[in-house]
Amino acid sequence: MRHRLFRGGVHPDGGKELTRDKAITPVAPGGIHVFPLGQHIGAPCLPLVEKGQEVLRGQLIASPPEGKLGVSIHSSVSGKVRAIEVRPIVGGRALSIVVESDGQAREVDFDERPRWEELSREEILPIVSGSGIVGLGGACFPTSVKLSPPPDAPIDTVILNGAECEPYLTCDDRVMREHAEDIVNGTKLLRRIFPDARVVVGLEENKPEAMEALRKAYDAASLGEVEVKGLPVMYPQGSEKQLIYAVTGRAVPSGKLPCAVGCLVQNVATVRNMYLAVAKGRPLMDRVVTVTGEAVAQPGNYLVPLGTLVADLLEAIGGFREQPGKVIAGGPMMGFALTRLDVPVVKGTSGLVAQLRSATLVEPEQDCIRCGRCVEVCPMGLEPYRLNRLALLEDYDAFVDEGGMDCIECGSCSYTCPSMRYLVQSLREAKRTAGARRRK
Amino acid sequence: MNEKLIVSTSPHVHANSSVRTVMVDVLIALVPALAAGAYFFGLRALVLTAVTALSAVAAEYGWQRLLKKPVTVRDGSALVTGVLLAMNVPPTFPYWMAVIGAVFAVVIVKQFFGGLGKNVVNPALAARAFLLASWPGAMTTWTVDGVSAATALGILKEGGQSLPSVADLFVGHVGGCLGETSVLALLIGAGWLFWRRVITPEIPVVYIATTGLLTWLLGREGFLTGNGLYEIFAGGLFLGAIFMATDYVTSPMTVKGRILFAFGCGVITALIRLYGSYPEGVSFAILIMNLVTPLIDRAVKPRRFGEVSSRG
Repeated sequence: MRHRLFRGGVHPDGGKELTRDKAITPVAPGGIHVFPLGQHIGAPCLPLVEKGQEVLRGQLIASPPEGKLGVSIHSSVSGKVRAIEVRPIVGGRALSIVVESDGQAREVDFDERPRWEELSREEILPIVSGSGIVGLGGACFPTSVKLSPPPDAPIDTVILNGAECEPYLTCDDRVMREHAEDIVNGTKLLRRIFPDARVVVGLEENKPEAMEALRKAYDAASLGEVEVKGLPVMYPQGSEKQLIYAVTGRAVPSGKLPCAVGCLVQNVATVRNMYLAVAKGRPLMDRVVTVTGEAVAQPGNYLVPLGTLVADLLEAIGGFREQPGKVIAGGPMMGFALTRLDVPVVKGTSGLVAQLRSATLVEPEQDCIRCGRCVEVCPMGLEPYRLNRLALLEDYDAFVDEGGMDCIECGSCSYTCPSMRYLVQSLREAKRTAGARRRK
Repeated sequence: MNEKLIVSTSPHVHANSSVRTVMVDVLIALVPALAAGAYFFGLRALVLTAVTALSAVAAEYGWQRLLKKPVTVRDGSALVTGVLLAMNVPPTFPYWMAVIGAVFAVVIVKQFFGGLGKNVVNPALAARAFLLASWPGAMTTWTVDGVSAATALGILKEGGQSLPSVADLFVGHVGGCLGETSVLALLIGAGWLFWRRVITPEIPVVYIATTGLLTWLLGREGFLTGNGLYEIFAGGLFLGAIFMATDYVTSPMTVKGRILFAFGCGVITALIRLYGSYPEGVSFAILIMNLVTPLIDRAVKPRRFGEVSSRG
């Protein structure tokens, strides 16, 4: 079967050449580390430590309330708990555990499991949850929950998402190239959970080295039946619904989850961390962050302890080459522009992109010229110009009728609009308002 | 390290296109047709184009200043309207009438309805229809090489002179509007617009194919007697199909809608040419379909992702 392309999409300038050949480099600037209690989808964790307490790297410092959706949080450094207080984070403020690193990275004794390949589904899932693992693509949905689909929706296809379609980001590319074996071992765990499912790794064709590394690693592990599938380079190829469609030809129905079409998608770095957690007993403590953009002195892929402040990280790698206009957490298509740099790297921080002041968009909105490009590029088959008008009119019933809630907020419409209209921006707001009204 | 940072919601990058780049591309695409007009009809063609272009821009500027609205002439849309209007009048058209046409296009057809993006019909074509109704003589005075000559479509309708050859029609050595005669030059412009992705092929292709097919099928002498190829090269079909019917503002937003729109244009053009009292029907066909566009946009929707039933 030839892979099929989803409808729509755009080709933003890659920017990946800045970092795609930069090997993952550990950076541990020390100092203050901030662990927000809510850095996953679900209920915020409850702290398990107190102010003044000594903690070790890998120590459990917070866990979700009993019976609530969420995953644990572990300290990424050894040192002392300085405070449990509200701190600035990406997109706001949140109650956080503040640990001051002693710079020694003293670790707890990790509980290795030599017979990890024989563990059952029931044994694997609590380990994944207890190791703080969430979707590392940026969504931060608890992985153990995603691995427990309802019994009436049998999974026949497990897709590993290595698409990394966001411009500038190369962290998943580097993880696939440098840690293919860990991903293969993580795949073995997924096969313990879904023994009958076909496994496909989907990645964009602009990552031939990663494709090669994974194919070799799967062959070496006698898992040649796992398909490593090159997909056309097209944003948003890594969006869950678009990826499932490209790999299987199945369209997830509006308002439904991937399990409705028998699919389960996991980011490649998430799968690698599943293996580290289950086999090596190492919880999620660090992540690879692509620090890049034209304003950064030394763009690269850095292995960063979670909780590290963005400002400390930037300083440790040589700071800015030039005064940046914008610093974006995540990629330029869907990331958040930071208001300040003393926010921590969290589980979902896939990248930090510092744009030059000259490249920073400050274009005023103009009237729609009805060129139809937003309709052409919308991967969900929506009409962003119409939804934009309905959003501005605050006609939320019509907004929902016209499929507004299906918007995946990929930003292709705003990217392509020659009138610089704030399309996805208005849709995002309208979705939130319409969703809140619906729940009432 | 707490520099002042610019903050906005995503996306933080943008394709390198703006209303201005679109308009500049359209102007570039019009250069071959304009050059052909100057070559076949003399330098007056260029002067006439400059007159309509300048008066269109001046009309927009003056109107927006008068109403104390933001002046948007820099987006280039008024300039495009002005140039397109010149393309749609005879090369001998009096300058003062051309000025009135340009002011009508920009002020009454475009600004009265709210400016760029809000106009219901194509400004240049509506102005052409207005000029045709006001000064039918001046709007139908044709010359070739300085001698008065009927257009190919006029001869087809009324008889009289011998028809120009297909080759003359293709290069543009025939009587007609300033920018419409050279199919070759218009095709070069179309190539530019496709390559720059300013327009997609569905409107020009479907429009021209429908007109060719229908004029061949229905025929001027009866069923299947028409010369479809000759019919599509004659008159303003290529200018209309490539530059006028593809106007973003007045054509549908979806591919399917645009196909329907172009088909409608083709049908009406063929019917007017074969059975109407005017020899040419392109402008009226497009104007009528402009009016149908809101209806098409309401009826024809893109297929939503996940709307189809899943399959395994």
